[in-house]
Amino acid sequence: MQASEFLAEAGAISRFAGRFFSEGFRPRYEVQEFLYQCYVVGYKSLPLVGVTGFIMGMVLTLQARPTMAKFGAEAWIPAMVALSIIREMGPIITALICAGKIGSSIGAELGSMNVTEQIDAMEVSGTNPFKYLVVTRVLATTLMIPVLVILADVIGLYASYLGVNMKGVTSLSLFVNNIMNRLEFSDVVPAFIKTFFFGFAIGIIGCYKGYHSQKGTEGVGQSANSAVVVSSLVIFVIDLLAVQITGLLGLN
Amino acid sequence: MESVSPQVQEAPAQQPAASAEVVLEVEHLVKSFGENHVLQDFSLQLHRGENVVVLGKSGSGKSVLIKCIIGLLQPDSGSIRVFGEEVTGLEHQELDELRARVGFLFQSNALYDSMTVRENLLFPLRRHWINKTPAEEQAMVEEALQSVGLEQTQNMMPAELSGGMRKRIGLARTLILKPDIILYDEPTTGLDPITAREISQLILDVQARYTTSAIIISHDMNCVRITANRVALLVDGRCYQQGTYEELRHSTDPVVREFFEGAVPRA
Repeated sequence: MQASEFLAEAGAISRFAGRFFSEGFRPRYEVQEFLYQCYVVGYKSLPLVGVTGFIMGMVLTLQARPTMAKFGAEAWIPAMVALSIIREMGPIITALICAGKIGSSIGAELGSMNVTEQIDAMEVSGTNPFKYLVVTRVLATTLMIPVLVILADVIGLYASYLGVNMKGVTSLSLFVNNIMNRLEFSDVVPAFIKTFFFGFAIGIIGCYKGYHSQKGTEGVGQSANSAVVVSSLVIFVIDLLAVQITGLLGLN
Repeated sequence: MESVSPQVQEAPAQQPAASAEVVLEVEHLVKSFGENHVLQDFSLQLHRGENVVVLGKSGSGKSVLIKCIIGLLQPDSGSIRVFGEEVTGLEHQELDELRARVGFLFQSNALYDSMTVRENLLFPLRRHWINKTPAEEQAMVEEALQSVGLEQTQNMMPAELSGGMRKRIGLARTLILKPDIILYDEPTTGLDPITAREISQLILDVQARYTTSAIIISHDMNCVRITANRVALLVDGRCYQQGTYEELRHSTDPVVREFFEGAVPRA
């Protein structure tokens, strides 16, 4: 991709996001479709996010143990794993998994609707397709990804508790106390806030790619594929910006 | 499984009188995509109860014309008046009100594949704020399906239907709002000759039953022969010639003959 193409694409996505803000908060509100999209994005992603979170917590704990044991610092494992999960691993892994699952499905769905003229059909049926298809999906991903991240964090921490108990004995209350003593608001709040941006990026890029998909079967495939690639990349960029901003604010 | 529509006749209804009310008027329409000048000074009138077929080569701008009429595309210049109202300057809500009276049958049918046939039919009804009781909605769905001969498909998904059935359901979804004008975008493209003929007959059936006016975009000469009260030839972005099917078929103009030769043996 040439620099000019990249800039044109970035500009087009920004305009698309601008249209979301200008049209999204004016009536008519598509409440029913929004709730359905929350169900699709949130509820249907639960098993995948749950399994990923569980494995993430378990593996981090088991990997950390030998090194920590060398320094006699096994007691620090819960706090260390909790900090890694809450500050970074939970948000980024959940967002990437969702970019793969939700971003691709939005890209493919809207792409095939575009190719088969279903978006035009909506427009002639008295519906603003941008509101009905794009605004509902972007709002759903923006609000559901943070919920999924919290769930993945909790499941990951519980898996970490199980991991700690595989080689030793720790009660759940001790495990939780150990974490709570070292966890601060500045660990939780910035990490939580950035997940809204991750969700927004997944939704807006998936919708943009689908809405502007090229005609034909290949176009739909490309929409789904580039929705995942671009949103994953943007998630990392947002993560980098987030760490810089929290650093500047003295929250790191 | 596919049922055959009630056969009405294989010739369009009586030519509406030239004095019949003009329901749609396109004047000096211009539309370009970059350097591609698709429509250049295209003009056409549609009278009440009339089927006008716009005939033209692929890529000649036929679909662009009806997409401009329904407001999916904005023309560069020219005027489109539907029921005397200028379409190009309409606000979103006014455009929606107009769209409730002008049906559009998409070339690819554009059925929502995540919804059942019944939900597909209810979608335009509910979206146009037409408040009906569930019993009234059900009656309207059944009437629309019955008029295309597919009452039994209510709970089926579009993927379970054949090409011809999908076309009929697309038409039923248009008919549920009882439009005054229907715009058909290549209604027989991609169908086998028998199904194509059935769809053409269905278009006539709809015209007779609902007294709709229609613009039919086509390059299927059989469909043109069956459905057209009047044929308008779109060549180089302009309305090259107009007349009945028979008039154009016997034309000596080389451009007109090009369309008819090969398709139908000359009498």
